[in-house]
Amino acid sequence: MKDVKSQASKNTAPGKQGGLNAEIQARIGHQLRAMYDDVVRQGVPERFSELIRRLDDPQAGNPGDQNNGRD
Amino acid sequence: MPLTDSLRDEILASVPSLRAFAISLSGNGDRADDLVQETLLRALANIDSFQPGSNLPAWLFTILRNLFRSDYRKRRREVEDADGNYAKTLKSQPAQNAHLEFEEFRAALDKLPQDQREALILVGASGFSYEDAAGICGCAVGTIKSRVNRARSKLSALLYVESAEDFGPDDTVRAVIGGGGR
Repeated sequence: MKDVKSQASKNTAPGKQGGLNAEIQARIGHQLRAMYDDVVRQGVPERFSELIRRLDDPQAGNPGDQNNGRD
Repeated sequence: MPLTDSLRDEILASVPSLRAFAISLSGNGDRADDLVQETLLRALANIDSFQPGSNLPAWLFTILRNLFRSDYRKRRREVEDADGNYAKTLKSQPAQNAHLEFEEFRAALDKLPQDQREALILVGASGFSYEDAAGICGCAVGTIKSRVNRARSKLSALLYVESAEDFGPDDTVRAVIGGGGR
């Protein structure tokens, strides 16, 4: 049995289109999700939870009440 | 439907992925957050038109995507400039591989035609089905599939094929391809 996996990661030659392509596609998928999940993990910034709270509760929606002069 | 507590919570729960989508589309954190804010305002103003039981994230993504599209048309020149800056960043940076690879990926993503980029992100990162992505983009499922495929092959050409010389120095390409080997 050939050690395909370590071969693929160790000696990937640019000329080998077949195996390289699968590896590249996997890497692209990985990078895309890494970039995206990096932002997802930041959660909900205060700015947005506050926005929704304000819109949701018109009583609290007067900028003068909640904003404390912040602009 | 009216804005119930659970609907509000669901909207809030969608914010992290809306931000990720917005940043992926625009490549700019500040503009992305403005887009998300505008999306939330529109969504809440039009909450009556949301069909209970339908896919809330898909509805929100549709709003954001349409806002980005109209915004993008106004800012095309600025986007092209940002593109040039990425290329500069690439050339001046030493071989910090992980970071470089990320910058390079980001720059390549920005080189895709917008249709392809958004399709790839929706399917490959947001995890929407082809059907949902087609709904969000207002096109046929087959169109989404072919955009995703074209996006993937164009990205591999930009990132991993040596002929992409205008994109970055040869060293960079080699470093990425041989990344695991040295």
